[in-house]
Amino acid sequence: MIAEIKDTQPEALEAVVIRFVGDSGDGMQLTGTQFSDTSAMFGNDVSTFPNYPSEIRAPQGSLYGVSGFQVHIGSVEISTPGDDVDLLVAMNPAGLKTNLYAVKPGHTIIVDIDSFNKKNLEKAQYETNPLEDGSLENYRIIEVAISSLTKEALKDVEGLDNKSITRSKNMFALGMVYWMYHRSPEHTIDFFNKKFASKPHLIESNTKVLNAGFYFAETLELIPNSYTISPARMPAGTYRIISGNTATAWGLLAAAEKSGLELFLGSYPITPATDILHELVKHKHFGVKAFQAEDEIAGITSAIGASFAGDLAITTTSGPGLALKSEALGLAMMVELPLVVVNVQRGGPSTGLPTKTEQSDLMQAMYGRNGESPVIVIAASTPSNCFEFAFQAAKLALEHMTPVILLTDGYIANGSEPWKIKRVSEMPEIKNNKVTELKENWHPYDRDEHTLARNWAVPGTFGLEHRIGGLEKDKITGNVSHVPENHEFMTKIRAEKIERVQNYIPELTTEFADEGDLLVIGWGGTYGGLHSAVKELNKKGYSNIGFAHFNYINPLPKNTEDILGKFKKTVVCELNNGQFVNILRMNFNKYDFLQFNKIQGLPFGNTELVEKFKQLLN
Amino acid sequence: METTNIKKYTFKDFASNQEVRWCPGCDDYVILRSMQKALPEIGVKKEDVVFISGIGCSSRFPYYMDTYGMHGIHGRAPAIASGVKLANPSLSVWVITGDGDSMAIGGNHFIHVLRRNIDLNMILFNNEIYGLTKGQFSPTSLVGQKTKSSPYGNTQPPFHPGELAIGAQARFFARIGGNTPKEMTQIFIEAEKFNGTSLIEILQNCVIFNDGCYTKYTDKDIREDKQLFVEHGKPMIFGKNRDKGLMLNKLKLEVVAIGENGIEQEDLLVHNAKDEDPTLHQMLVRLEYPLVTGIIRSFDDVTLEEREDALTAEVKSKSNFVTTDDLFFSGETYQVY
Repeated sequence: MIAEIKDTQPEALEAVVIRFVGDSGDGMQLTGTQFSDTSAMFGNDVSTFPNYPSEIRAPQGSLYGVSGFQVHIGSVEISTPGDDVDLLVAMNPAGLKTNLYAVKPGHTIIVDIDSFNKKNLEKAQYETNPLEDGSLENYRIIEVAISSLTKEALKDVEGLDNKSITRSKNMFALGMVYWMYHRSPEHTIDFFNKKFASKPHLIESNTKVLNAGFYFAETLELIPNSYTISPARMPAGTYRIISGNTATAWGLLAAAEKSGLELFLGSYPITPATDILHELVKHKHFGVKAFQAEDEIAGITSAIGASFAGDLAITTTSGPGLALKSEALGLAMMVELPLVVVNVQRGGPSTGLPTKTEQSDLMQAMYGRNGESPVIVIAASTPSNCFEFAFQAAKLALEHMTPVILLTDGYIANGSEPWKIKRVSEMPEIKNNKVTELKENWHPYDRDEHTLARNWAVPGTFGLEHRIGGLEKDKITGNVSHVPENHEFMTKIRAEKIERVQNYIPELTTEFADEGDLLVIGWGGTYGGLHSAVKELNKKGYSNIGFAHFNYINPLPKNTEDILGKFKKTVVCELNNGQFVNILRMNFNKYDFLQFNKIQGLPFGNTELVEKFKQLLN
Repeated sequence: METTNIKKYTFKDFASNQEVRWCPGCDDYVILRSMQKALPEIGVKKEDVVFISGIGCSSRFPYYMDTYGMHGIHGRAPAIASGVKLANPSLSVWVITGDGDSMAIGGNHFIHVLRRNIDLNMILFNNEIYGLTKGQFSPTSLVGQKTKSSPYGNTQPPFHPGELAIGAQARFFARIGGNTPKEMTQIFIEAEKFNGTSLIEILQNCVIFNDGCYTKYTDKDIREDKQLFVEHGKPMIFGKNRDKGLMLNKLKLEVVAIGENGIEQEDLLVHNAKDEDPTLHQMLVRLEYPLVTGIIRSFDDVTLEEREDALTAEVKSKSNFVTTDDLFFSGETYQVY
């Protein structure tokens, strides 16, 4: 049975930010995902941000065990998960305490009153009950006995233990939120039917609780009105909600199909990159060879072996893993084999903040190898365009015979948004440099005159037997060479090969203004935040602020300097202590670059950006 | 790999045009020549042969073979080779490594490649010393051994490669002296025939930094008395006069003299290399007198590639996905008009 939406008079909203918080075992990620999927299917633009602790099940009720899922839905373009929360659903005191800062004054907080007992308040380090001491006066608090209402709703369902009952309370909260935002629970009930196909009692119980929450909200006098958000205007087509990690995996699958090569993944589990491995291992039907290796080094070296043997070779990791791979990455660069290295950045250094986002591996990607060792470095900027950039990473690796590092980050990797599905036929062609037969005077280091890519002679090909390796090679034969002039020549030609990639990548573009007083520069996963902050200022009448976002870091787009010259001030915004800004300073030293940096394991907030830009404009 | 219509090669076909640069008198020359003689016998096409090495004196080996090859980075050859073989299972893949490369810096890859049982052949040049860095102790150096990094004697007890390998689930382990090319060639042929990871330890003399380290076993005059060369299905008999053998006494191997105490040849242990149970193989590997050489273990088992192929076929047969479009448009999609 599906609860029906009665004809009420909802208040129309342009966009809304909802955050679900609770213990790490409370199912907040599932609740948030269900709400965002349902909204996307309704036609809203959507952006999500899961934020969870690095412990799998931190002690119940503790401040550090709070798991959250934020979703931003709108009838307008949504580029970030938003920062100011319109509705907070807090399943316990710790969730309330750690998330109250984000709620806009005057806005709504739903709390599970059952969880506000002495023990939980103590664990959340509340001296007095915030629901009673007046500290929440500025908010609209909706107190609901979610736990006991859930139990009540399930009293007649057979075969349920206490744990299953407690665990379904998140569905009560979701039911309430569905009613408040005028969403049908239908999609979620379909989800139960599929997920619990072999456990009918769980379909029954979850559906009951979801509907109970929905009806409770409808009849509750405490919720004065419901809201509606119309579908967003988006280009026509078939869409699905996709996370950055899935989009990355799918971009690689598409590249394998387009290039006609088999895909080999050598990988070792590491947060937040592991979901790419999880996704690719599923696709044996496409001939994907996903190899979970014994360590990060075996992950990349097995991929180098597969690349030597002619596969589209991939390795996926996060910061500390990239550090372990650096020697092998130098080998791949030296032997000039195609290889895609996906680095899903997280807070560093060392183990750092595994579940939090940061952009602090840029210098490592650029320079973290011994010797003169340039590779292509590109960065995806939104969850859905991880698809394009993963595809592009494979294309560049194959066409230029070089390792390519694709940088994403925890924020876009775990975040999700609508993706207008691409057919492989819509994607650009991918050539490769394979030689299939012996020609007179053939050498393994013969190069394409335009790209300088060497040719790719794969074991099994008659007559092309040759040896490669990490020792310096003769520029033609590829045999070991210690000749001084040859080493200098080879160092320079490997660098030039990467520089020439400029001729094959798109130029940098600006948004909102082509010239003016302030140019906002970003790269990688901060696109959404920076774009919406500049857009907001632009709407408010600031026509003198432009925005340029970099996806290509090494080499930089050809026209970078032309754009820099058109603005009076430039500010480079990064989630690190200033890495890309120094690459720009090194390349364009006649310009002044201002910095705006945040190193808190969190994305930029809209307010802080808008304020900073305003200050720079005045 | 196809074995039909293969050109009849000679050992010269497998020698590259590169000048061999090992020290004069090094056993590595013997190993190289034995390999160049084994490959024509194996009957694999030259273009299907790949040599992958790590770092060290031994690891220059691929440069001297006129096949496909990669001189990798220190310790990682088994992982590189695993990628080559998984990418193209029809290739004949050989790993060349040394005692430092495989058991110190590359210890992790060494044990895992054996555990997985990927069909490749790994040749371990064990000279109980670091040669290329000029004479430091290695994981197989003896306690008390004086080297450049142990001037007062090595204090770190050694690994026995075979013991480590069998502990790591090796299905094929052979050991052979660096000065017995004929037997070595035969073992290379057997290793390639074996379906799974084959490990061959070669007792390789380093003439510069550890000269004579195996003399007490491998010297021509004494080796028949000091080594037991085992063959599957044959009694464990050794000695210049073929008058000694091995018997099992409780949980110990015992050297016995044939004809003494009423012991006949029929009483000796018969070598069963194909036994799944590695207990006796481990005992043979650890024995110091006689030193056991030959193919000690050769247990046929499923390879990783076979498991992967079977799973892939099963998944393919059940899947509706032919192209990525099928995947991308599957499940929860929605239309925007």
